[in-house]
Amino acid sequence: MNVVTPFEGIGASVRRKEDLRFLSGRGQYTDDIVRPGQAHAYILRSPHAHARIVKVDTAAARAMPGVVAVYTGEDTAKLGSIPCGWQVNNKDGSPMAEPRHPMLAEGKVRHVGDQVAVVIAETRAQAKDAAEAIEVEYDVLPAVASLRDALAPGAAQLHDNAPGNVCYDWHIGDKAVTEAAFAKAHKVVRFETTNNRLVPNAMEPRCAIGDYDPTTGEHTLYTTSQNPHVIRLLMGAFVLNIPESRLRVVAPDVGGGFGSKIYHYAEEAIVTWAASRLNRPVKWTSDRTEAFVSDAHGRDHVTTCELALDGGGKILGLRVATQANMGAYLSTFAPCVPTYLYATLLSGVYATPTIYAEVKAVFTSTVPVDAYRGAGRPEATYLLERLMDVAAAETGIDRVEIRRRNFIPTAAFPYQTPVALQYDSGDYHTTLDQALETAGWSAFEARRAEAAKQGKLRGIGISTYVEACGIAPSAVVGSLGARAGLYEVGTIRVHPTGSVTVLTGAHSHGQGHETTFAQLVADRLGVPMSQVDIVHGDTAKVPYGMGTYGSRSLAVGGSAMVKAMDKIVEKGKKIAAHLLEASVQDVEFERGTFRVAGTDRTKSLTEISLAAYVPHNYPIEELEPGLEETAFYDPKNFTYPGGCHICEVEIEKDTGKVQVVNFTAVDDVGRVINPMIVEGQVQGGVAQGVGQALLEHAVYDESGQLVSGSMMDYCLPRAEDLPNVGVATHVTLCTHNPLGVKGCGEVGAIGSPPAVINAVVDALRDYGVRHVEMPATPGKIWSIIHAGAPPALAAE
Amino acid sequence: MPQVSLTVNGKPSTVEVEGRTLLVELLREKLRLTGTHVGCDTSQCGACVVHVDGESVKSCTILAVQAEGTKVTTIEGLAAADGTLHPMQEAFREYHALQCGFCTPGMVMSAIDLVQKHPNGLSERDIREGLEGNLCRCTGYHNIVKAIAAAAEVMHGKRSELARAAE
Repeated sequence: MNVVTPFEGIGASVRRKEDLRFLSGRGQYTDDIVRPGQAHAYILRSPHAHARIVKVDTAAARAMPGVVAVYTGEDTAKLGSIPCGWQVNNKDGSPMAEPRHPMLAEGKVRHVGDQVAVVIAETRAQAKDAAEAIEVEYDVLPAVASLRDALAPGAAQLHDNAPGNVCYDWHIGDKAVTEAAFAKAHKVVRFETTNNRLVPNAMEPRCAIGDYDPTTGEHTLYTTSQNPHVIRLLMGAFVLNIPESRLRVVAPDVGGGFGSKIYHYAEEAIVTWAASRLNRPVKWTSDRTEAFVSDAHGRDHVTTCELALDGGGKILGLRVATQANMGAYLSTFAPCVPTYLYATLLSGVYATPTIYAEVKAVFTSTVPVDAYRGAGRPEATYLLERLMDVAAAETGIDRVEIRRRNFIPTAAFPYQTPVALQYDSGDYHTTLDQALETAGWSAFEARRAEAAKQGKLRGIGISTYVEACGIAPSAVVGSLGARAGLYEVGTIRVHPTGSVTVLTGAHSHGQGHETTFAQLVADRLGVPMSQVDIVHGDTAKVPYGMGTYGSRSLAVGGSAMVKAMDKIVEKGKKIAAHLLEASVQDVEFERGTFRVAGTDRTKSLTEISLAAYVPHNYPIEELEPGLEETAFYDPKNFTYPGGCHICEVEIEKDTGKVQVVNFTAVDDVGRVINPMIVEGQVQGGVAQGVGQALLEHAVYDESGQLVSGSMMDYCLPRAEDLPNVGVATHVTLCTHNPLGVKGCGEVGAIGSPPAVINAVVDALRDYGVRHVEMPATPGKIWSIIHAGAPPALAAE
Repeated sequence: MPQVSLTVNGKPSTVEVEGRTLLVELLREKLRLTGTHVGCDTSQCGACVVHVDGESVKSCTILAVQAEGTKVTTIEGLAAADGTLHPMQEAFREYHALQCGFCTPGMVMSAIDLVQKHPNGLSERDIREGLEGNLCRCTGYHNIVKAIAAAAEVMHGKRSELARAAE
């Protein structure tokens, strides 16, 4: 029987439709694809952080076995620059510095890993062998590998059109009003911190295959992307000058993204361009070492801030100055991360009357930095939630109490912050209460005492947060410098016999869209999930789309599907009215059945779809045949998930090792479609947040070498590094999208890092510690416990 | 070029390879068994784990020629001929122990070996320590640990049923 059970609709923890193929080894990731006659590309990368290219001699490489072609920047110099999708303006209104980002280096390399030449050969091994035979003569220039070095007077200049290595100097908020607030402050709390640079490390390395059909002039790019239509637009229009109608981009199964697969990368353009020059498919697969120096990194802020408080611990104002590392070139969304995704969130969950924030974005001789899970919101949340703990310590007000005193009251929504955003809904007191209860906050001191008996330091930390996702209203982001709209597209195709295909512009790379989206259809149209298929990731199949990032798939992509289903129902009612000889106004629809209100006269969705495709008895004069509808949904606002994370740690005194022993997340992600998937998303986000807080750090030395450039050196969380993560939700509905959903993909990574560090600092309270920088590695903690160690280590 | 003869998922194969060809390259490129993945180049991630003569092995870390004469099982060879999933595959699905699916084949193959090496059952700590060679960036391991614990019960349960039947 084709019946939708209550176990399939909204709110059910349905097991995932996509799992069977992944568990059977039948997933199809880009590197699994073999195109007939494909050649293999290997990219020779710069070993230097900053150097002039004096000479590239490819003669020996061309003569190596199996080599098909060797290209350098001279061959691609006439092609477009890898584009940036967001323009941020300086304080004076002038545009940011936007240097050319060549496909292959032109005269200069600007980071270790910058692509210098590409070898294309019959096999990957042959391409790699030949690359070793390319002779490059470099004139090595001084590196500017850190924000400090890049901003130092007389620092080496990376780009001619970015004086002082500054990309932009931007601000938001009211400076004068904020200064006035500080002038009447009872107390000012100052805090400085670095938000550590991270490497996203999706488990699947990037891969791209270019293909070209000379008989039709059609180019195809298979790529590990979170947003194939965006890649088609950026690469087609700005780099290779290929019209959309002749360029197909396919992003099949993608093994994790976390932001790093949003961007248009040079390798995609290289293989697409080379395939058409050589008239054969060209495949490039990154190895992990290469990924470390060519995938966009995340975070990397240095910030100083000040909080003005009145005598009762109420916030009067906030002042923030941040330096943000852009790396050597502007990646697709880089400029907006430390501005419109960061500084606009500096009110957090608090009723802060006035805020002034300045952000200086800086070019350095490092890999480009762009959005990584959370993108700007983790940096803002970390700053605020550490600042609140420092403020609590300096005022003597309890950590929970100072937060409560400053929360935006539940009755105050919609709430306009002084930094542009208007939060639609939230309930910070309830998520806090629920988390305190679940985490056993009030009984913590007994656990601390018990741990002390075992010779361990135990601490507890809290973070109360809000974030802005479900990006984003096109007109708003357009006014802020986005060079694209941020709507989403959904098509609902009801087939003649009633099964449904959904085409969505969102892209699933672990999020379980094939399940969650099918649940939406089962719930709204009453079609069993087994008869609903979700198609995504192919510009030849899906009409259009902006892809998946910023926790937007359900809030924006799901809303587009709802809009398209509304159109299906509307048309279905007209067909039903005709067949049932009733007035359209009298036809109701619920879960697969059209009914004349108050009667037993019904038609099933299948009867209607059959009539629509076999229109023998059909209102053909007024209505087109067929039952397929497409909707574009442009959100009215961002969505604002929020909640409370509580972390409990134990520190071993002899080693300085921090173990997370308890983690509680209570998140308000709006309406929950599939609780199992939401829990999994939060747990995964928390794992990355714990990784940032305790383990992960992309470290460059002064010469611009990435010291933590492999999985042996860059510490990714393993199973024994992490605890079980207790996840609960408390729902307030989003007020402006039809599903009431907010988004769950990033909350874990946003809320958790300050909860971890607050717990670490709490555990070390007897050592006079005010702050510990991320990652809180055993070395740093050991130095604090065993005082007398060089302070530089503790502050590193 | 050297030849390698081996049995993969019950099927004998003889393949010509370069001396430097890795077992994972033989599986993915020569036999087109693309369920086994490559996630790193330093033997850290475990996405490439297969069973060689019943033991879990990182197939990026041995040469194809070293697999001469062995019996190899990959993720494609786990389910029964009628499509019935191995209890570990079933538990991963039931406990939502996978998201993007990329680490999953290696994770499942390692987990089966881990359970087989602990016939008297595993603690959560055993499982977490036993996964030392497998990285997952999506799940935070929470559900992977639960799935392995559940599968261990089923696997050992079936074993004892079999043992009982034999008696």
